[in-house]
Amino acid sequence: MGMTIAEKIIARAAKATEAHAGNIYVVELDHLMSNDGTTHLTIDMYNKLKNRKIYDKSKLVWIVDHNVPCDSPKTAASQKKMRDFAKENGITFHEGDGICHELMIEKYVNPKELIFGADSHTCSYGELGAFGTGVGCTDYLYAMVTGKSWVLCPETLRFNFTGELQNGATARDLILTIIGRIGANGANYKAMEFAGPGMKNLTMSDRICICNLCVEAGAKTALMEVDDIAKAYLKEHGREAADGFVSDEDAVFEKVYDIDLSEIVPVVAKPHFVDNVSPVSEVEDVKINEAFLGSCNNGRIEDLRLGASIIKGKKVAEGVRFLVSPASREVYDQAMSEGIIETFMEAGAIVVNPNCSVCWGSCQGVIGEGEVLISTGTRNFKGRAGDKNSFVYLGSAATVTASAVAGRIVGADKI
Amino acid sequence: MASFTGKVFVLGDDIDTDIIIPTEYLALKTIEDMRPYGFYPLRPELPSLIKPGDIIVAGSNFGCGSSREQAPEVIKALGVKCVVAKSFARIFYRNSINNGLLLIENSDIQDKIKEGDELTVEPGRELVLNGEAFKIGSLPDNLMDILNEGGLVNAMKKRNGVK
Repeated sequence: MGMTIAEKIIARAAKATEAHAGNIYVVELDHLMSNDGTTHLTIDMYNKLKNRKIYDKSKLVWIVDHNVPCDSPKTAASQKKMRDFAKENGITFHEGDGICHELMIEKYVNPKELIFGADSHTCSYGELGAFGTGVGCTDYLYAMVTGKSWVLCPETLRFNFTGELQNGATARDLILTIIGRIGANGANYKAMEFAGPGMKNLTMSDRICICNLCVEAGAKTALMEVDDIAKAYLKEHGREAADGFVSDEDAVFEKVYDIDLSEIVPVVAKPHFVDNVSPVSEVEDVKINEAFLGSCNNGRIEDLRLGASIIKGKKVAEGVRFLVSPASREVYDQAMSEGIIETFMEAGAIVVNPNCSVCWGSCQGVIGEGEVLISTGTRNFKGRAGDKNSFVYLGSAATVTASAVAGRIVGADKI
Repeated sequence: MASFTGKVFVLGDDIDTDIIIPTEYLALKTIEDMRPYGFYPLRPELPSLIKPGDIIVAGSNFGCGSSREQAPEVIKALGVKCVVAKSFARIFYRNSINNGLLLIENSDIQDKIKEGDELTVEPGRELVLNGEAFKIGSLPDNLMDILNEGGLVNAMKKRNGVK
């Protein structure tokens, strides 16, 4: 019986010849990522164990990215706990280098790996052919101590892409359109696999953007084949251009969707649900107070280039705050060398350091009662970016930047 | 797990983790400190109304969003004995079992129940509302064991030795 990419990765991690959807497997993890959202809780639980031992510290990557720079004495205490523990135990540690998923993709993820991350957007690693999935800090602790965990092998929803994005549509518009179509729990417990002839027209940045947002449809993971574009990325980032898995011809998919990329148009997700999706053209009278370009979804150099090309020579609208946060140090350095940071600064944007920033809704750019934000962040839940009575729209780097200039939500073709 | 009866609080679809415990309160030191802010963006009065043993009944995709484990912990700290929903988001589902919070999937009672009703739960067997019984499934053994131990850390301590 044929297997999907997800089934093959779980079979490999379970050291089994086959794995199939619906069965529970005990698996060995290849990487264990955790960030400052919950690592202090993991450490507290670890310290209460009698036999304290990390199974294999070389698998652990700890990243401070949610509250950077630190915003309160309470957060400072939990980050200090994480920093000290990482040093004492020889755990790979990053602080201020960027958002956890961006760093994992730039530096650590390899094809065929099974990765747990104590963060819901760990599904971001599929463009490198790796099965990343989010877990809580208790599951993380268990895997950190035993090296293993249990997983329910997921069914796969397969998306076949044909054609090419056009009409100002981006990968962000594509994945929002898909989530709008299948719903916020349309892929709950499932893997979303993307394939087809249209894949060759999607850059690595596009692919990361697509995989990253799949958890907003409930997905356990997102997966893609490792083609020449993915291999070139691995090589550029100093890693072996290893092969990934490909789903067998007779693999069983729960459902197959055919999507013509040329039919995608710029869209936004309206408050307060990521699947509440409409064409940008239908919300163009909505005035904004703040715009945010950044996050693990859209903070890469390609997103900043797109934003800069739109805002160059223009100004951020009066009364609007426009925050820009490159997703990592690598992205920030590249943006500086290309003059992109300068372009944003000249336009009146606030360029901040690489971190989760506005998307996390805690340390930077929090919005007040009744305010409206348009964001490339991952979520628009009620209160996600600040006051419980505020409003978040999600859109592409192009839509967000154009809206920052216009002072209201507009497509990039309108400015 | 023995059967129990509790007063019901009714919530809708897509109750996300930012509603269950908003980001700004995650920096508080203990779950007990976070408890008064449970469901704050949606129904700030809930923490003062929910009594130990009460039950939440919700629609689909309960617990969607972030992996923050404080979400099931806050629900448990409020005294909620179990959450019945049409479906649960997967990370929340794992986190709840790992923290010993009982979740029950059921899509039959939402149209018949109203806030303040009493619901009887027989884990692994049925829900009883106003004399009417609704069948429910049971968890796989490995998950039931974790739940009965009061969560994954307790279960692990039992195997791993405890301080």
